[in-house]
Amino acid sequence: MAEEAITESPDTVAGDGVRRRDFINIAAVSAAGVAGVAVLVPLISQMAPSADVLAASSTEVDISAIQPGQAIKAVFRNQPVFVRNLTPKEIAAANAVDISSLRDPQTLEERTLAGKENWLITMGVCTHLGCVPLGAGEGENKGEFGGYFCPCHGSAYDTAARIRKGPAPKNLEVPEYAFTSETVVKIG
Amino acid sequence: MARIISILVGLFFTVALLWSFGNGAYLAITEPAPATAEEEFHKHPKDVSFASDGPFGKFDRQQLQRGFQVYKEVCSACHSLRLVAFRDLQALGYSEPEVKAIAAGFQVPGIDPVTGEDALRPGMPTDYFPKPFANDVAARAANNNAIPPDLSLMTKARHDGSRYVYSLLTGYQAQPAELLKEFPDAKTPAGLHYNPYFANLNLAMAPPLSGEGQVSYEDGTKPTVDQMAKDIAAFLTWTAEPKLEKRKQTGWPVIGFLLFATVLGYMSYRTIWADKKKKKKV
Amino acid sequence: MSFPWAKHYTPTHPFMQWMDEKLPLPRLVYNSVGSGYPVPRNLNYFWNFGFLAMACLMLQIVTGIVLAMHYAANQAVAFTSVEHIMRDVNWGWMLRYAHANGASAFFVVIYIHIFRGLFYGSYKAPREMVWLLGVVIFLLMMATAFMGYVLPWGQMSFWGAKVITGLFGAFPVVGEGIQQWLLGGFAPDNAALNRFFSLHYLLPFVIVGVVVLHIWALHIPGSNNPTGVEVKSESDTVPFFPYYIAKDGWFIGAAALVYCVFVFFMPNALGHPDNYIPANSMSTPALIVPEWYFWPFYAILRAFTSDFFIIPAKLMGVLAMFSAILVWFFLPWLDRSPVRSSAYRPLYRKFFWFGLIPAVLLLGYCGGAHAAEPYLMLSQIGAFYYFAHFLIILPIVSAIERPDPLPFSITEAVLGSDDNALLGTAEGSPHDTPAPAA
Repeated sequence: MAEEAITESPDTVAGDGVRRRDFINIAAVSAAGVAGVAVLVPLISQMAPSADVLAASSTEVDISAIQPGQAIKAVFRNQPVFVRNLTPKEIAAANAVDISSLRDPQTLEERTLAGKENWLITMGVCTHLGCVPLGAGEGENKGEFGGYFCPCHGSAYDTAARIRKGPAPKNLEVPEYAFTSETVVKIG
Repeated sequence: MARIISILVGLFFTVALLWSFGNGAYLAITEPAPATAEEEFHKHPKDVSFASDGPFGKFDRQQLQRGFQVYKEVCSACHSLRLVAFRDLQALGYSEPEVKAIAAGFQVPGIDPVTGEDALRPGMPTDYFPKPFANDVAARAANNNAIPPDLSLMTKARHDGSRYVYSLLTGYQAQPAELLKEFPDAKTPAGLHYNPYFANLNLAMAPPLSGEGQVSYEDGTKPTVDQMAKDIAAFLTWTAEPKLEKRKQTGWPVIGFLLFATVLGYMSYRTIWADKKKKKKV
Repeated sequence: MSFPWAKHYTPTHPFMQWMDEKLPLPRLVYNSVGSGYPVPRNLNYFWNFGFLAMACLMLQIVTGIVLAMHYAANQAVAFTSVEHIMRDVNWGWMLRYAHANGASAFFVVIYIHIFRGLFYGSYKAPREMVWLLGVVIFLLMMATAFMGYVLPWGQMSFWGAKVITGLFGAFPVVGEGIQQWLLGGFAPDNAALNRFFSLHYLLPFVIVGVVVLHIWALHIPGSNNPTGVEVKSESDTVPFFPYYIAKDGWFIGAAALVYCVFVFFMPNALGHPDNYIPANSMSTPALIVPEWYFWPFYAILRAFTSDFFIIPAKLMGVLAMFSAILVWFFLPWLDRSPVRSSAYRPLYRKFFWFGLIPAVLLLGYCGGAHAAEPYLMLSQIGAFYYFAHFLIILPIVSAIERPDPLPFSITEAVLGSDDNALLGTAEGSPHDTPAPAA
């Protein structure tokens, strides 16, 4: 645009004059461009999670009432989290699996905290397309591997919430969490 | 023809206005509006300055913390702060664990996890300041039929708000004798309190800051009534516009860049127009 | 349209040639705001405000769209959702202040734009349609601004909605029905808030449409200029690009500076504190006033304090307020003077500067004050002159006035002489001959 401005101007003279004019016009148009880009920053970032949403992105769960073999659904980032107290049998079943045969190879140990191997804490979000798998609630279908079963497209997870069958590509995600006391888990 | 219609329409409006003007002038002469106590005795806020004033203003975080303490220990008994969450207090310089402890010190409405009945639980950083009264009826009943307003936006909801809050809190006084002499009917009704900074001079709130040492500041500042009023006014300036500091800080680079770009644009404009701006040949 | 000497769009790049055949959008741009649009060379800075108004409209639409991503049009949460924008949304405070002050900026610009049109006679033939469409845009802007002010659902929002819809209640027989229909209830509530939000989102795009027509109509005769003398030869014009792009460009920067001072350093200066109090249908604020840009019209509304024969004062006020704008529709036919620019109209100029401008400023001042004396009497004086000016003085003055001699051409006005005119290339236009009528 700026160059065109110069050629449009009938009084263009050769030499330094041209270069100086050129420079000013290019600089002015560039400044307008920078301003335009700067304006985009707030317009784009306003769509990112707001402060109240970010502040609610950690949650504390009281696990004292969960008996072995039971699980609860907690809310974390407006999504379900499964907190499951594994029975020794379930732990044994999970450890008996040949890791190399898994689609997303992980041991139960890698998916739990040291010394707390019976506490399996995973997102309740199927890694296929985001449905909530069954199996956390009392009497729900746990699928053929005794873990979780996603009714949307038939993904089945085992007792370590690893994907064993169906279209899901990954194991159920383990969120970041820590035990703040014997009975309280802080997720996120 | 168009002209005649136009003039007739014009006469319709202008004569109607003259008629209104005449009536108004006649009334103004025969029945001048009586002077009111509000007009003569209402005062504009006192001239007091805050760290957040002016284009370079920043919050004095120490003062905000003191103001928060005044709110917590004095105001919160009656006034809600419903738009402010405990997590926001980090902006006053409190650390995350401190905010957590502050939040836990408040009881917020929740449910009993076993029975599901309404119950109170300790606050969390994501909770908002709890309301002192369950609803307006309860608020009226407890406060001599006046609802204590929410304070979150108070300094933006009044003209010259920060100064207004300070002036109101330090402005309680006995009703002046001249006022009673001039307007015997304007005696402050029982249960109300005279304050020349309040729009109609009499407000339901009893002087909330009653004397020195009502709160004890951790930072050693002397808790005079004047100091506490200033601190709470500063705190409420923050609650009304927590982004005030960021706004001013963003403003300067924006203005600076625009100045630069405008000067460049002007130079470019002059260059482009150079050949068209010849002097008049006369 | 174009003047015969306008440059023609000749794409050289094969892609642009291909594009020109399929969708001649670049050609349209070239001919409307590019090198192909010759513009009088003598435009002063008042002519920058049209471009600026377009920038304001874009600013309002862009900030408005992003604010609508966070705003909730429900009576229970609208106020809190605005505060959520101010406190928690990333850059929300800036977007909201930009939108609120953007409305004021838009009206400042439009009022200067209208002032320019009035002073330089831009409403006269052959530009009547440009003017009429402009008045339509102004009316749409007023409706949009009013409904936007209701959205935060503060005290002023609520009572503004109640009072302005109450205007329609002034009409006999049907008034009350219209008011209830507008509100969808007996007082502003959820129904009103929701429809105001819907229309507040819709109307700006209607404005865009009318703006396109406004600019289209402008491009038929081309821009007016400070002399009011029509373009006669090529030396009277310069191409829009780069000349007026450069001028508009730097001026937008200057205007943005003023605007940013408001947004960043005094964002609430033009607002009203009461709108930071949530709407309360049980208690009216001590002083109900609209935003500053409605004050002159609000003063006219309140100026009618006495019943006039069989017409109640309330209806008179409403009629007068609407007429104050409707009269603009008839302006091209009320002002019959063949001279456009007031610079060459010594008598009319006096009425303009010492009558109309002070009257409008007085009305503006009174419109923002309490509805009490002396403001009512002052607004009666202001409104008296306002109606007298347009409906009585203007038709008479334009008939009896003897205008000053006009320059022969724009080039002569700028350079002192017009070489092209001497060469005889110019063509006169009947509008340019100063003819003392009557």
